[in-house]
Amino acid sequence: MDKLKIGGTKLDSRLFIGTGKYSSNDILPKVIDSSKSQVITMALRRVNLDSPKENILNYINKNCILLPNTSGARNAEEAVRIARLAKAAGCGNWIKIEAISDNKYLLPDNYETIKAIDILAKEDFVVLPYMNPDLMDAKRMVDAGASAIMPLGSPIGTNRGIRTEEMIQILIDEIDIPIVVDAGIGKPSQAAQAMEMGADAVLVNTAIASSSDPVMMGDAFRNAVIAGRKAYLAKLGSVKKFASASSPLTGFLQGDE
Amino acid sequence: MSFYNEYLKYKDFDFDSFFKNTTDEDILNTINKDKLDKFDFLRLLSPTAEKHLEQMAAKSNKLSLQHFGKSIILYTPMYLANHCSNKCAYCSFNVENDIDRKQLTLEEVEIEAKNISKTGLKHILILTGESKSKTPISYIKDCVKVLKKYFDSICIEIYPLEEDEYKELISAGVDSLTIYQEVYNEDIYDKVHIAGPKKNYRFRLDAPERGCKSKMRSIGIGCLLGLYDFRIEAFMTGLHGYYLQSKYLDVSISFSLPRIRPHVGSFMDLHDVNDKNLVQIMLALKLFMPYAGINISTRESESFRENLIPLGVTKLSAGVCTEVGGHSQSNKSSSQFEISDTRSVSEVAISLERKGYQPIFKDWVHI
Ligand code: SF4
Repeated sequence: MDKLKIGGTKLDSRLFIGTGKYSSNDILPKVIDSSKSQVITMALRRVNLDSPKENILNYINKNCILLPNTSGARNAEEAVRIARLAKAAGCGNWIKIEAISDNKYLLPDNYETIKAIDILAKEDFVVLPYMNPDLMDAKRMVDAGASAIMPLGSPIGTNRGIRTEEMIQILIDEIDIPIVVDAGIGKPSQAAQAMEMGADAVLVNTAIASSSDPVMMGDAFRNAVIAGRKAYLAKLGSVKKFASASSPLTGFLQGDE
Repeated sequence: MSFYNEYLKYKDFDFDSFFKNTTDEDILNTINKDKLDKFDFLRLLSPTAEKHLEQMAAKSNKLSLQHFGKSIILYTPMYLANHCSNKCAYCSFNVENDIDRKQLTLEEVEIEAKNISKTGLKHILILTGESKSKTPISYIKDCVKVLKKYFDSICIEIYPLEEDEYKELISAGVDSLTIYQEVYNEDIYDKVHIAGPKKNYRFRLDAPERGCKSKMRSIGIGCLLGLYDFRIEAFMTGLHGYYLQSKYLDVSISFSLPRIRPHVGSFMDLHDVNDKNLVQIMLALKLFMPYAGINISTRESESFRENLIPLGVTKLSAGVCTEVGGHSQSNKSSSQFEISDTRSVSEVAISLERKGYQPIFKDWVHI
């Protein structure tokens, strides 16, 4: 498969996975292996360097890129502070901005997110913002220095699939940096759908973590993402809105030059 | 506006006829709904709903996995003092009760903190009796300064404060607030709070909202089950949570469901709340507000707590002592109430793992 380039790094896998919601950290290396994911996101608030058992960093293959997120941040200021703490804790310089001030739906606050990108990009972070799919805000994020854009498919944890399809398609068509569909993807078929649409990658957590066999589900998502990407590259046949009549309706015009 | 206006709307509501008119079909329809309104919530608290607890549990389990995954946050309480200027009929710390009164010095706080942090816990809940003169804000702030070195999340369960005072504690390092109304029924409230500043119903009722305004990250509320009809009290608790969450979207709300335990107090006019009742309250709350946390304390027995986990618990206390200095001192003071689950932190963690859940010791960073 063609490689994905984010912040100067080339990636073979277009499936990012999360580490929250698992029944135990022990399963993580197996899920990372079966999904072949190279970008692993985790909440800095959960990183516990004092406990080898709880220290999520011990479960993530050294070749993977850590994508700490700023979960818990309600505004730009808190997101920036968490990002800096993540870097200081040795999590590298990739950061997923989550600025969420709505505890009911967990919808991202684009305005605060843009402010955080502006600060962190100048500090040499590779910034990936989680966002509500809005074209103008996405453009502002690009201008502020985002390395990729992570629009939500549907509210986080809902497994409802890509309800924001039209908006995401607009971002895919109009934004020149990678688009990673984040949140809401509940089934491999929905991951394939995002990839067929032309998304550059997807991030999946709940759908894998809450399945009965997360290892097998990781593999299923890996395959779905590959299939979707290949379909996109092969260019899907165009969808026809009107059937082509076998006897053309305008055939009588032929020869009428 | 205050939650009091909301309380007044339902104060004289005819709960009996509402419950009588609730049918099995109503309950099943409610369970199948994506989003519940206040009356749906009340239906789930009805006697009719008792026949449908299994279906409610299945949905609650699903919602909980979706919102919180298979992880449970662990914390422990630390009693800083048991001085109290109130006379609550149901509590051992009641100013008139003849118990040993004690208050930790900052050195003792540090020793307690060191001992607790050996268990790996990163979340602490600090408690005092309600005496603003003996344990003023300045003392709480000094304690928080010490505790910050050991813990990532500090929650307070102390006397209600003004908004500015909450802000002061937040800048000192506090991030969460727990405050129970004890009983929402205003008449019973007046009866069981015999004397002291706690008699001020409104000041207590509005405390969680002042916490929200001061930008506390998370707020825990609850009523002391047993002081009045549990169905009505649970309804008011849920409404209170819903009110706060709708108005302050950025605060994470959680519920605690403490049942009254044996104590050195005198109040005996209790309304029984059995295990089935408690499960019903918990399930109704979860279906009504799936994004809210649910905290089950060590007032409940080990086996009961274990059985509740898949029903939507998000937070558990572990390694609990309700005495001042209970985590390190040999001459402990009297306890606030008797606890039932006496397991250590590691015992609770192991049992969670056995059940297929991940015990979470740390879920916050000081920012
Ligand atoms: S419940 Fe609280 S306020 Fe009432 S007597 Fe006990 S410690 Fe004091």
